[in-house]
Formats: sequence, C-alpha cells, structure tokens
Amino acid sequence: MPITTAKPEDAAVIEISKLSTHFGDHVVHADLDLDVHRGEIFAVIGGSGSGKSTLLREMILLHRPDAGTIRVLGVDLQNIDDAAALALRLRWGVMFQHGGLFGSLTVLENIGLPLREHRTLDDAAVDALAAQKLALTGLDPEVGAQYPAELSGGMMKRASLARALVLEPELLFLDEPTAGLDPESAGEVDQLVRKLRDGGGLTIIMITHDLDLLWQLADRVAVLGDGKVAGIGSMAELAQMDQPAIRKFFAGPRGRAALEQSKGQAVAPHAASLRR
Amino acid sequence: MRWRTNALARFIYHFGMNPEARPTASSLENLGRSTVAAYAEGVALLGFVGESAAALGQCIAHPSRMRWRPFLHNIGSAGVGALPIVGLLSFLLGVVVAYQGSGQLRQYGANIFVVDLVGISMLREFAPLITAIIIAGRSGSAYAAQIGTMAVTEEIDAMRTLGIAPLEVLVLPKILALLIVLPLLTVFADVCGVFGGMIMARAQLGVGFDEFLERFTKVVSVTTFLIGVGKAPVFAAIIAVVGCFQGFRTKGGADSVGRQTTRSVVQSIFLVIVADALFSIAFSALDL
Repeated sequence: MPITTAKPEDAAVIEISKLSTHFGDHVVHADLDLDVHRGEIFAVIGGSGSGKSTLLREMILLHRPDAGTIRVLGVDLQNIDDAAALALRLRWGVMFQHGGLFGSLTVLENIGLPLREHRTLDDAAVDALAAQKLALTGLDPEVGAQYPAELSGGMMKRASLARALVLEPELLFLDEPTAGLDPESAGEVDQLVRKLRDGGGLTIIMITHDLDLLWQLADRVAVLGDGKVAGIGSMAELAQMDQPAIRKFFAGPRGRAALEQSKGQAVAPHAASLRR
Repeated sequence: MRWRTNALARFIYHFGMNPEARPTASSLENLGRSTVAAYAEGVALLGFVGESAAALGQCIAHPSRMRWRPFLHNIGSAGVGALPIVGLLSFLLGVVVAYQGSGQLRQYGANIFVVDLVGISMLREFAPLITAIIIAGRSGSAYAAQIGTMAVTEEIDAMRTLGIAPLEVLVLPKILALLIVLPLLTVFADVCGVFGGMIMARAQLGVGFDEFLERFTKVVSVTTFLIGVGKAPVFAAIIAVVGCFQGFRTKGGADSVGRQTTRSVVQSIFLVIVADALFSIAFSALDL
C-alpha cells in the first residue's frame, strides 16, 4: 500500500482537531476533535442538525471548515492544491445517501466511470472490472445495463457502493447506508459492509441512525452533540455513559429494544451451551 | 378556548412563523431584504463567471481536457433542435413587421421601402433578439433544470468526489456550444425573417421577389448583418452562464429545481435585453 505514514495498527487515517464550522449565526462544530483508526468501522451519530453530514462533507473535500485542521491519510485538507486533492480523492470512495449515480449513464457505465476518467484501460477491461464490482455488491449482471431510475432504493445503494469501490480505495465513506430501505434490504447492506470489512485493509466511516447496523458492525461510534463529540467508544461503552446527548439514543423505545436485542445475542451462545 | 389558541401558537411557532418574531414585514423591510438578496446573488454570479473563465483558461491551456462529447451533444440539442422553432417564429416576425409597415408605406407610395424596414430591423435587432429569447427559454432553462436536478440527486457532489470537475463537464461544453450555435441560428433567423417580409411585401405591396432582393443588396450593408450576428455570442454567454449558475444554486428538493429554472429564464431574458440596449447605445456612439 502506498502510504508512507502507515503504522500497522492504530495509525490514524483521519485526524480532526479544533474543527469549527458555522453557517451564518448557526454554529455547527465548535472545536471538535476526532480520530479514526486504520481498519476500523467508525460510525458518526447525532440528532438532526448536529453536524454529522457537514462533518462528512468536510472530510471528503466538499465543504471547507471555518477553522481547525483535518488530516486524511496524512494529508492536510486545509491548504491542499488541485493536484493533491485529486490524488487524495482517488484514494477514497463515497456512497451517497441517494446514491449519486449519474442518471444519463447505465449502472455499468456509472461503476466504470472512475476507471475511464483516471486510468488508462481499454473499454473491455473497464467493463470487466465494473462487472466484477457489480457482482461483489450482490447485484445481478443484468442490472448493469439498466439506468439508475429503473433501480429500487437498495439496488441503487449497492450500485453506488460498487462505484465507490472500483478504484480500490483505502477509505470508504457511507452516508446513511440503510436509510430509506426496507428491513430486508437494510439487512443485505449490513451483510455487504461486514463482507467488506472482512476483506481487510479498508477503513469504513459511516453516518447512520440504524441501531442494528451500529450494534452489529461499528467498532467505534462517535456521538455528536452541541458541536462537539459528546462521547466516543463502542456501543456497549456508550450505553454506559450518561451524558444527556448520548442517553437520548439509548433511552428511547427503539434504542432500548436494540440494546436488549444485542444483549440477547451476546447471551444466546452461552444459553445454548447451557442447554447442551 | 384557551388551549386552542395555545395549540395554534405552538403550531405557528413550530413551523417557524412565530408571530412575535416575524410581524407582517413592512414594504420597506421587504425592499431591504430583496436588495440584499439580489446583491448577494449578483456577487455569486460574478464569482461563477470568474470560475468558469478560469476553467475555460485551463481548457485552452490543456485542450486534452476539453469534453467533446457533451459539447457536440449540446450543439445538437441547442442548435439543430432549435431550427424549426427559430425559423417559424422569425418568419412570422418578418411577416408582422412587413404587414404593420405596409399600411403606412402605401399611404406615401413608398412601397419599396418595405425592404429597408424588414431588412434592417430583422438583421440588426429582431433576429438576434428573438433567437436569444427562444434559446433562453429552450436551452437556458434546460441547463438550469439539468444541473439543478443533478445537484438535488447528489450527482454534482458525486462528480467532485470522483475527481471530475463539474465546471469542465457541465458548464464549459454548454457555453462553448452556445457561442457557436447562437450566431448560426441568428443567421438562419435572418433568412427566415427576411423571407417572411418578402412574402408579405409581394402580397400587400406588390413588391416582387426580384425587386425586393435587388434593393436588399443595395440598402442592407454587411455592417448591419455583422452587428446583428456580432451580438449573438454575447447573448449566448449570458444565457449559458445564467442557466448553469442558477442550476448550481439549487438547494434542497425538487421544488427548488423548478424555482431556479424559472429564475434562469427570467434573468437571462432580462440580461439579454439590457445587453441589447447597451449595444444600441454603444453603436450609436460609434455611428454604426
């Protein structure tokens, strides 16, 4: 891997310090600090308006913060020039909430587009690689010839994920990967993210409200509140904390149900062995 | 009754229409707000013109970065596709100008001067203006709608994260295509307009085609033609830039796309007519 700064474990792939953002009078981030480690699945949660989407946009160079530094893969985003920005963009993949697929291209063309733009490959090679990513995300080969408008929400997200993966990124950003999906499709996305993690090497940063996804997959979770990180840790650790911003997520009926369910899962193997 | 008013107050508050915070705005306040908004939009437009110019400079420096496919596609859709409507409307405009003039000219027995009337007014003013207005309504709105829809569906963001500059793919091909297409459409409108005038001159004033064309070559100079066609690239730049600019300003949902599309048409027609007025002043100062 072409990273000179990489230490095998625990090397921070994203380091955010003293980040401040405001829209007019509305303060979104106030001196926010955050680190994401290599190889983990990191989730950002928070109420609407807590600035998680803005944080994501700042990490992927779509929005410039008002103050503070963000370093992604060892590169400072504040004073980055166009060439360095392009080089960095090719090292991460982004799956947008609504897919962000180009409506004028077929799914296969969408997936192959980054290759056509940035690699010198002939059309056959591009199509082969795109078809491979399509299969990786569990879509049928026929889907490749369809246009994004013909796809269901779940298929759109998978196609978007395939496009995000086509340049073999080191970092993968997922914006609400399961929002707007029926439980079955959401479960399939869970499986897919799990498969990617098990593939190794990939650091995944996601914004989500999906408690199942958080309990099952996230290694660490940051809760945003009042422009700062209110708490950070695994879901089990967060469940023990008692800051009000964090409690909100666990105190509601849905939060409690997910908590109980996760406990049940932890207990289940044990219970099974007892029965035996 | 009391709980009801409370509920209403809460409802109003909830939807951000707090009656205490926002009393019915005075017309002075509205004027102030829209002035500030218009100023901010003007500054943003200027910024967008600058960005587009910088991107154009980059493309000229590195011609390999030019996107030929969207460029050719835009020439087809904005140019070839507009031929029927531009032809028909300028033909009708020529008919109307000749018809309106014929009553006056006949009174003085100055029938042949219909050639001057139709020739000069069409070539100098009407053909460039009607073409620009049609294209603003037809292509400028399409640009705003296309880019606006892409902004709403996160396609613009996706483009940026894939390392593809939206200005290079979406804006430059449109501007360059329109710069080429609009002057050509204006020439086509010249021909159709004058043809409409010729038909009316023969029907109403008894000026035959031969007679008409013979005088046409004498009274309509090349300068007149060039003045009309020369305005077209300026109109083209206005239409393409305003259309794309309004598309990029789309924020939020689908209703915003419609709003920005409307704005793009209103603004580009407004600016085209303002530019035409400025041209008239400039040309009269230059004695053209």
